Amino acid sequence: MLHELSSDQDMLRDTTARFLSDRVPLAKLRKDRDHTAGFDPAYWTSGAELGWTMLLVSEEDGGGSVSGNGAVDLSLIAYEFGKHAAPGPLVDCNVVASALSGQTGELQRAVLQGLLTGADIATSCLGAAPWMQSGSESITIRRDGDDVVIDGLVYPVESAAQASYLLVTGMSDTGMTQVLVPAAASGVTIKPLKAIDVTRRFGKVSFAGVRAPASALVGAFGGADAEVARQIQVAAVILSAESVGAMDAAFDMTVDWAFNRYTFGRALASYQALKHRFADMKSWLEASHAISDAAAEAVGKGADNAAELASAARSYIGVQGVELAQDCVQMHGGIGVTYEHDLHFFLRRVTLDALLYGTPAEHKRLIAQMQINQEMAA
Amino acid sequence: MSDEIESVEDFRARVRAWIKANLGPVQGWDLSQHCENDDEEREAVARDRALQRKIFDAGFAGICFPKEYGGQGLTPDHNRAFNEELAGHEYPSRFAVPTFSPCASTLLEFGTAEQKAAHLPAILKGDEVWVQLLSEPGGGSDVAGITTGAVRNATGDWILNGSKVWTSRAWWADWGLILVRTNWDVPKHTGMSVFIMPLHQPGVEIHRIERLNGESEACQEFFTDVRIPDSDRMGEVDAGWTIGQRWMYHERLGHNSPYVTHPIGGRKAGGPAEPSTVALARRSGRIDDPAARELIGEHRALGIVTQQLSHRIASAAASGKGNTDMSSVDRVFRGVASARRATIAFELAGSTASVWDEDEEGATEAVGMNFLMRQVGSIGGGTTEISRNVVAERVLGMPRETSGDKGVAFRDIQRGPKRG
Repeated sequence: MLHELSSDQDMLRDTTARFLSDRVPLAKLRKDRDHTAGFDPAYWTSGAELGWTMLLVSEEDGGGSVSGNGAVDLSLIAYEFGKHAAPGPLVDCNVVASALSGQTGELQRAVLQGLLTGADIATSCLGAAPWMQSGSESITIRRDGDDVVIDGLVYPVESAAQASYLLVTGMSDTGMTQVLVPAAASGVTIKPLKAIDVTRRFGKVSFAGVRAPASALVGAFGGADAEVARQIQVAAVILSAESVGAMDAAFDMTVDWAFNRYTFGRALASYQALKHRFADMKSWLEASHAISDAAAEAVGKGADNAAELASAARSYIGVQGVELAQDCVQMHGGIGVTYEHDLHFFLRRVTLDALLYGTPAEHKRLIAQMQINQEMAA
Repeated sequence: MSDEIESVEDFRARVRAWIKANLGPVQGWDLSQHCENDDEEREAVARDRALQRKIFDAGFAGICFPKEYGGQGLTPDHNRAFNEELAGHEYPSRFAVPTFSPCASTLLEFGTAEQKAAHLPAILKGDEVWVQLLSEPGGGSDVAGITTGAVRNATGDWILNGSKVWTSRAWWADWGLILVRTNWDVPKHTGMSVFIMPLHQPGVEIHRIERLNGESEACQEFFTDVRIPDSDRMGEVDAGWTIGQRWMYHERLGHNSPYVTHPIGGRKAGGPAEPSTVALARRSGRIDDPAARELIGEHRALGIVTQQLSHRIASAAASGKGNTDMSSVDRVFRGVASARRATIAFELAGSTASVWDEDEEGATEAVGMNFLMRQVGSIGGGTTEISRNVVAERVLGMPRETSGDKGVAFRDIQRGPKRG
């Protein structure tokens, strides 16, 4: 998280922090593991009132940022989500809201308003992405008269069973296409899945000849590559900040443990072998803060290096965040792998975050492609 | 001239125009500081001195140094703007570290008015290159365990005897900042003093150390009855550790110090110029191999993360908010990350990293040698092990390691295994 926040930014962060501590303490999350949605609708609409879904939406559309850089503001909320292992589709609702901001279609505007109030949840079905090999996309979208037709399946999709709308990304013969469809549309099947995270819910979404009118397109048919790339950057900012929050929580808890746990008459914190591991973890943690903040800043400004910083954040934090959480488990010993202990909430959070919107390996390949392109241009 | 500080934006625009009009493209010498032979190095040094003078004459030298000492009296943000604009251009790389930081930074903080007036303008004009005389043959990381000593003679001057080591480029530098023992009867941290001294004078013998990659920029100095006037003492007698700690802080900041002129962005400096990982993968025929792509991406991402971490820690330090020991977090990270990056380049180059043709440019030579020299980044400037102690103890507040020298007069400290 940033070293220096404006008072408005700190209020935004602090309000969400207090709300999450009050509404979804770990004791409640532990009990809610079998809750169908993972949270109650009132939780999400209250969160929307605190600004969770508005920061990437233009003021004309009813949104607005606190600092002028909505991605940085949103990263503060995401950080608290990670720190509290909070439930709810923060990533997907913001990805879809940012995609719909500025769109003029009736459906797009209606869905955006639902996202802003929290009455609606929309999720992103990423069936084509820049890291996929050509031909291996899992969703195709073709034209048929005035309609488009969607086929294929995608998982994991967050809050799929709770969503009323789906932003579907698929490959068309001329490039990527995005369409907004009701979750209840004919031909859409949503199957809830078990997940390694107990606070968030995921599903598998299948499309069997799902038809949507051309007016439901978001962006140009076959021409959405830049928009998809941009949405992946938005997701990267949220996932990175969220992971950093979870890393902070896991690390702080483990440092406390090292001071309070005695063995052979000494605190764990007094053993040099362990102190050095804590020092390494601290370096990973600070590096993760640094790259996460840099990515948020660049993505919010639409800087030239936004894609590179976003992928650097995802690939670094995706690997090192998980390593840090696993090392925290190791420092705890047996208690670290029990359901009773709090640590697993954060291990789950960073692990699953690392796999959404591109794995570390996929982001590394994207960075390599950027470097190849840069060197060819030079 | 008004006392109002020029805005960073205005300053940047002025800097950009001046750099474009006056500085040529970056040279191989600047990036790698690697010269084929001593004559070439002397030429590079002379050219660096002239470049530093040019920057001084234009009013851009020592951006964060006070005006009274020839600096510009501006802020770290101004220095950063200058450094960002400098990317891709020639610059006096041999002044950056250790002359500006830690030497000039420490001089500014602790030097007497006379010392500052005598040396800071000379440094900023390119007349004096400085080195730090810290490590000794008897131990590197235990800095306070030094045994090079100075004793006061009847006239009040100091007579120096002993040896310092790992001093980069001392064979052609001008002045040194030196930490010596001045009292053997008190515990180690309370019996040291700091002096400044010309390197080329009677009683100073400078040997060069050849490292395994063949270069010999590092030196060892032997001091035999070298006379240092008391006016070249910095700080109180026996209170050198107070200065030493700040000195080492400035050393850890290194190129990230606001006192250093050094391009930000563009290619990295230090170590032989390395071919891009993309070029390496092409040469070894692996450019389309997904595993190679992942290595290229990891290499690049680690470079970016390293830069962002340094920036985060340096800006926290500059704003006075950061714990100064956070620079050790940066040090650990850079050491580990640079080793990993050297390994990735080596892996991408394949078997071509092991041999090279003398007639060709030494691109793969650099990869192979960089790999052999990989651990230097985790040793130089204090090992990463010591930095990990600092992070654990002074950042995280964990208990200190027990030591065998606490509260013991320095002369009574055990300095080797007990015999017999």
